[in-house]
Amino acid sequence: MTRRIGIVVLLALLAAGLVAPVVLGAAPGGFYIEVLLGGLMAGVLYSLVALGFVLIYKASGVFNFAQGAMVLFAALSMARMGEVMPIWASLVLTFGIMVVLAVLIERLVLRPLVNQEGVTLLMATLGIAYFLDGFGQTIWGSDIYKLDLGISKEPALILENVFEGGILVSREDVVAAATATVLVTFLALFFRRTAVGRALRAVADDQQAAQSVGVPLNRIWTIVWSVAGVVALVAGMVWGSKLGVQFSISTVALKSLPVVFLGGLTSVTGAIVGGLIIGVGEKMAAVFLGPWMAATFGVAGGGIEDWFAYVLALVFMLFRPEGLFGEVRIDRV
Amino acid sequence: MIYRENGQFKTSYRADQQIFPIVQDRVLVLGLVAFAVVGVPLLAGEYLYNAILVPWLILSLAAIGLNLVVGYCGQISLGAGGIMAVGAYAAYNLFIRVPALNFLVVLLLAGGAAAAVGMLFGIPSLRIKGLYLAVATLAAQFFLDWLFSRVGWFTNYASSGSVSTPALDLFGVSIAAPARKFLFLVGVVTALALIAKNLVRSSIGRAWMATRDMDVAAEVIGIRPVHAKLTAFGVSSFYLGVAGALWGFVYLGSWEPLAFDINMALNLLFMIIIGGLGSILGCFLGAAFMVILPIFLNRVPSWLGVPLSTAMISNLEHMIFGGLIIFFLIVEPHGLARLWAIAKDKLRLWPFPH
Repeated sequence: MTRRIGIVVLLALLAAGLVAPVVLGAAPGGFYIEVLLGGLMAGVLYSLVALGFVLIYKASGVFNFAQGAMVLFAALSMARMGEVMPIWASLVLTFGIMVVLAVLIERLVLRPLVNQEGVTLLMATLGIAYFLDGFGQTIWGSDIYKLDLGISKEPALILENVFEGGILVSREDVVAAATATVLVTFLALFFRRTAVGRALRAVADDQQAAQSVGVPLNRIWTIVWSVAGVVALVAGMVWGSKLGVQFSISTVALKSLPVVFLGGLTSVTGAIVGGLIIGVGEKMAAVFLGPWMAATFGVAGGGIEDWFAYVLALVFMLFRPEGLFGEVRIDRV
Repeated sequence: MIYRENGQFKTSYRADQQIFPIVQDRVLVLGLVAFAVVGVPLLAGEYLYNAILVPWLILSLAAIGLNLVVGYCGQISLGAGGIMAVGAYAAYNLFIRVPALNFLVVLLLAGGAAAAVGMLFGIPSLRIKGLYLAVATLAAQFFLDWLFSRVGWFTNYASSGSVSTPALDLFGVSIAAPARKFLFLVGVVTALALIAKNLVRSSIGRAWMATRDMDVAAEVIGIRPVHAKLTAFGVSSFYLGVAGALWGFVYLGSWEPLAFDINMALNLLFMIIIGGLGSILGCFLGAAFMVILPIFLNRVPSWLGVPLSTAMISNLEHMIFGGLIIFFLIVEPHGLARLWAIAKDKLRLWPFPH
């Protein structure tokens, strides 16, 4: 019961922080909503990467540190191949590359390490991450590349008659949000309605039991890593077209770690909700909390977004280690 | 033939409990230290000191620190860079604010500060473990990074955010020259490594290992997990803090917060994986590997007549590190130190292996 109180207090605090700028009159309505929307959109991007983590963790119990590197690799491949061929062809080819990558990872890394502890596997994925970072930049180059999906960069003005000056919304963000929605719907259908999806859920539930009724574990892992690769591809597309394809994508993806832990390692819903909470929290903290801290403590306020997400997740984990939507099946210490 | 413990009978508990119970090991270690003190200064040039020996010793010390908590106590930590930064900035602030202090005292206090911070960030380990702890320590890393780059007090309000240290001296003897630095480091690192070696076989170290191997069983036999974990974080952070201070003062001379970022933490983790989790020797081997490989990669292409760009070299480095980590985890999870142990076992039996 005390745990529940803790989490309620935390959520209440977060909600209070959310409305505080408006209540205190620190921000005009239009600007506030712009910040809020910006946060939500950033959250969608985090969610996209977090989805990849959750999928792999659910199915194989591997915490895939390499998800960020996979995002970068997919984005790089697509951007560079997109320079010499139409974008759809490059998309299809990259899709193929991600599947091949999944097969290789399963064969060369996961299969020999089967039955090892989670921490060993975590370190192995760190190795994969390093390898992919190096490999991707070796074959595709390490400059900043443009990934043009043909979306207008011009922001759109909405609600002009409600707020003074209207609200600026980036079209790319809208496309990103739509893509994420489609992807999640597709994944949900895939997991619920197909035989492979059922097998995946069986493996996630109990590997041994699934194996004993004839679910081929190795093939399932390959499929899961392929799906995670495709999710990485989508995330890479969206991020790449927004920020340019560059090495920093790989590090920004570290941001989705707190997202996963906040939402719960085993929950797709958690990845989405966690992403939105972190995205909004971070933006709010950067825009409203930072200057306040600077004014009150004389601390240079910028850069709060570097750690805000982690500390938020850390505090959450102290009260609710399984995250908001995760399964309560955690080794308590 | 040479490496054999036959005929070395222990006649007292003291002899039985030595750190290196086999005479040949003792001779080897003493010989190495003696060679470092006497032989190296005769042979080494400035480049060897600055590019290899000095960073190698400091990173070894940091790796020992991280290995205490990851390899011995089984608590994964991705925040080692941040803890090193605490040591470095604590030393810097002590140095400029209390100029009268001896550098050794500064080092110890810096280690103490790092230990305090490390224990603070170790508190989540009492409630969560494994992957969850990785994220908690990652939070520490990013928070500390931010703290040192944004809060002016720590850098003495340096406008660029980078700090530089004055010339060091110890009891009136300057240790600015590379050879002096090296000797100073040999002293510090040997002392701390011996302490660590002793610590891990004492009751504290055994408590750490029991917690690592199975925490529930450890608790059942009367080990307090809280105590074991927090001491592991504390001692580990002390080592990391001292190493951070040395890294800043002795190796870099002037640094910015970026010197201790997440890459430093990951590199240290790789060192102990490649060197050997749960082995003091492995820390030295892993650190040597991490220091030498980039230099090697830099040199080889030009020897072979295929010049590579720096970007290409750093990418290759990434690939090789990544590949090696996976390779070691699969083939030899105990790292280079285990290979050394296997070699020793073989030598004991050689030439009659049966």
